[in-house]
Amino acid sequence: MSLQHLISIEDLEHDEVVQILDTAEEMLPIAQRQRNSVPTLRGKVVCNLFLEDSTRTRISFDLAAKRLSAEVINFSAKGSSVSKGESFKDTALTLDAMGVDCVVVRSGSSGAPLQLSHYLDVPILNAGDGWHQHPTQALLDVFTMRRHLGDLAGRKVAVVGDILHSRVARSEVQALKLVGAEVVLVAPPTLLPPAVERWGATVATDLDAVLPEIDVLYLLRVQRERMNSAFFPSSREYARIWGVDRRRLDLLKPDALVMHPGPMNRGVEISGDVADSDRSVITEQVTNGIAVRMAVLYLLLAGAGRADAELTPEVTR
Amino acid sequence: MTSPLPLHPPAVVGTGTILLRGGRVLDPAAGTDEIRDVLVRDGTIVAVGEGLDPHADAATDAATDAGADPGTPGGAATSTDVEVIDCTGHWVTPGFVDVHTHLREPGFEDAEDIGTGSAAGAAGGYTALCPMANTDPVCDSAAVAELVWRRGREVALVDLYPVGSITKGLAGQELTEFGELAHSAARIDFFSDDGMPVADALVMRRALQYALAFDAVLCNHAQDPSLTADAQMNEGEWSSVLGLPGWPHEAEEIMIARDLILAEGLGARLHVPHVTTAGAVALIRQAKERGIRVTAEATPHHLSLTDDLVASYDPVLKVNPPVRTADDVHALREALADGTIDAVATDHAPHAPELKDQEWEHAPCGMLGLETAFAVVNTELVATGVLDPLTAIARLTVGPASVRDVGDHGGAIAPGRPANLAVVDPDHTWTVDAGALHSRARNTPFAGRALRGKPVHTLLRGRFTLRDGRVRQDAEVTA
Repeated sequence: MSLQHLISIEDLEHDEVVQILDTAEEMLPIAQRQRNSVPTLRGKVVCNLFLEDSTRTRISFDLAAKRLSAEVINFSAKGSSVSKGESFKDTALTLDAMGVDCVVVRSGSSGAPLQLSHYLDVPILNAGDGWHQHPTQALLDVFTMRRHLGDLAGRKVAVVGDILHSRVARSEVQALKLVGAEVVLVAPPTLLPPAVERWGATVATDLDAVLPEIDVLYLLRVQRERMNSAFFPSSREYARIWGVDRRRLDLLKPDALVMHPGPMNRGVEISGDVADSDRSVITEQVTNGIAVRMAVLYLLLAGAGRADAELTPEVTR
Repeated sequence: MTSPLPLHPPAVVGTGTILLRGGRVLDPAAGTDEIRDVLVRDGTIVAVGEGLDPHADAATDAATDAGADPGTPGGAATSTDVEVIDCTGHWVTPGFVDVHTHLREPGFEDAEDIGTGSAAGAAGGYTALCPMANTDPVCDSAAVAELVWRRGREVALVDLYPVGSITKGLAGQELTEFGELAHSAARIDFFSDDGMPVADALVMRRALQYALAFDAVLCNHAQDPSLTADAQMNEGEWSSVLGLPGWPHEAEEIMIARDLILAEGLGARLHVPHVTTAGAVALIRQAKERGIRVTAEATPHHLSLTDDLVASYDPVLKVNPPVRTADDVHALREALADGTIDAVATDHAPHAPELKDQEWEHAPCGMLGLETAFAVVNTELVATGVLDPLTAIARLTVGPASVRDVGDHGGAIAPGRPANLAVVDPDHTWTVDAGALHSRARNTPFAGRALRGKPVHTLLRGRFTLRDGRVRQDAEVTA
């Protein structure tokens, strides 16, 4: 793989996405703990630089690195020199001086991973930056869809909710377009980004009309504080107009999937019975996330070549 | 406090005779665009004409220029110190005037001070700068205004015309004592809260009304703050993709519309700083047609940079108002050409490097401008045919001089007038090196760019502040 970093889905070509997904397929048994850890990245040091709290994503990257036998150091903003006023640049230079092999970075600031790549010579893996990108989330979502639906070319995915503030939505639309899927965005007009028509997705406001046509219903978390800024009037109204409940679930095609990047607001964008229904693959997304992150770490750190040659378990179960 | 204090340093005046020979004299005040010699004696222009003899006495010199009045000031002292400067291929223009500069002194000297900022001005062809009021302490008292003005006199590389704040402490509530500042040695007739918009319409209305007593101009940062909470860049296609909160063009236009309506009702004078949107241009054009007393400026960066550049997330591109779209740039260029926008102003905003070396959202807004302004205008607007040279120079000289009183700056190149002049080489191509600028800060968005055109000499009252591309070294510059 020619990729030096994974900062944005925009940096990927179709073949690179396929390579990541194929590699993740090989990683999946290890992620599912059907096979033991492999020594592939032994001796490599992966730093999880989490300048914004995200326990779920950090644990997922942590597990992914450990399944590949990399050493993991966790650097979070709280309790670190960052909270004592150390600059972003000095943090980056410090990590560089310490000799890490890869930095997985999460930041509330859009663009921080790209800036980091200018300070450091090692691969940068974006674990979410501001409203900008969350590339491994999009890749694990596409991976999950492909496992259920096969080739995604011509498939239709609705992304519903707070598109404006969502790094997931930006990555998701780009990744789905790369694999040939059609995307329809459904949201209150206040939560659509400016010039969203340039994203190459269609936009709809009537969720009921969209549901029968789609293969995947992808729901985004809506933050309750948004209603304080007049984006929408109340969580009750949001749930009624944009949320998915049992009635709406029944409008979907029989084999359509329900997905959510988590954490869910049960009762707002998704009702409890939809989250727990057999159409929901939300917990599967979590497991697949480990496999996809293993694949990306592997491709960034172990270089080109087929993964399976090196995926011999250390200890046979 | 109705007359200047006696202890202020006098303005430095050049001595001796300087002949600027064979340059293309671009004098927007007279509409002149011709190859001429300009003869300067003891700080004053004594003749403009062809084949001037620097050794002839002043009366003879002056007589060579049709219509000049023999025996004008400067003819009295005859010096044997004669310098002839070959200006062939160069433009000889009035010294440039910047109505929107941040020199950061007092209070933020780690970014710039009056010494380094004045040197940057001289290097950029400027003879007059208007340092903004957002210093620490704020320029809301005669004490601060006179400090800035006096430091300018001591450094003696440019004349400073400080800007007073509209409200005390830039807080947007109580009016600054306009009278005290107007009657100070700094003679302030121009007030602005700079980056802090006067959000309260009643405060703005009262300020415009009160300013009538002093024929002062109010300059309000055009930004409706309720529409720009957390804004990071122009709202549009690129903010959408880059995941940065948008600064919508409506926020600028709503504030300009409000202020124009207020100014019209009162007959007050309004200056619109750094216009950036096509909609704002339309509002100002219409206001001028209606006879509203409004002037406007645009910056070199808004005339040349677009929001797609923000994809680099390089905080050097972060500025308020933000760089906009290609359509906005086009509208600004048209407005500068037709005079809707009176002046190119730099909004020269130095920041210490550590402040710009942060994540985009945490970095402060602002860009350097003084040392690249002419080159950007020349490269982007003159070389591309948007402006003819005379109009371009007008927007750097008589245009800004029409915004407020800047004394003898930005006016005609004519006998009897102080020799505040710039000599620029319009064909010199150079690559901007942030480390080589005179400014203490390094935050130029043009670093690494090849630009065409550079000031060669700058004269402040007949004294070289820039000579052969070098800023004079005896000045109190602390860089």
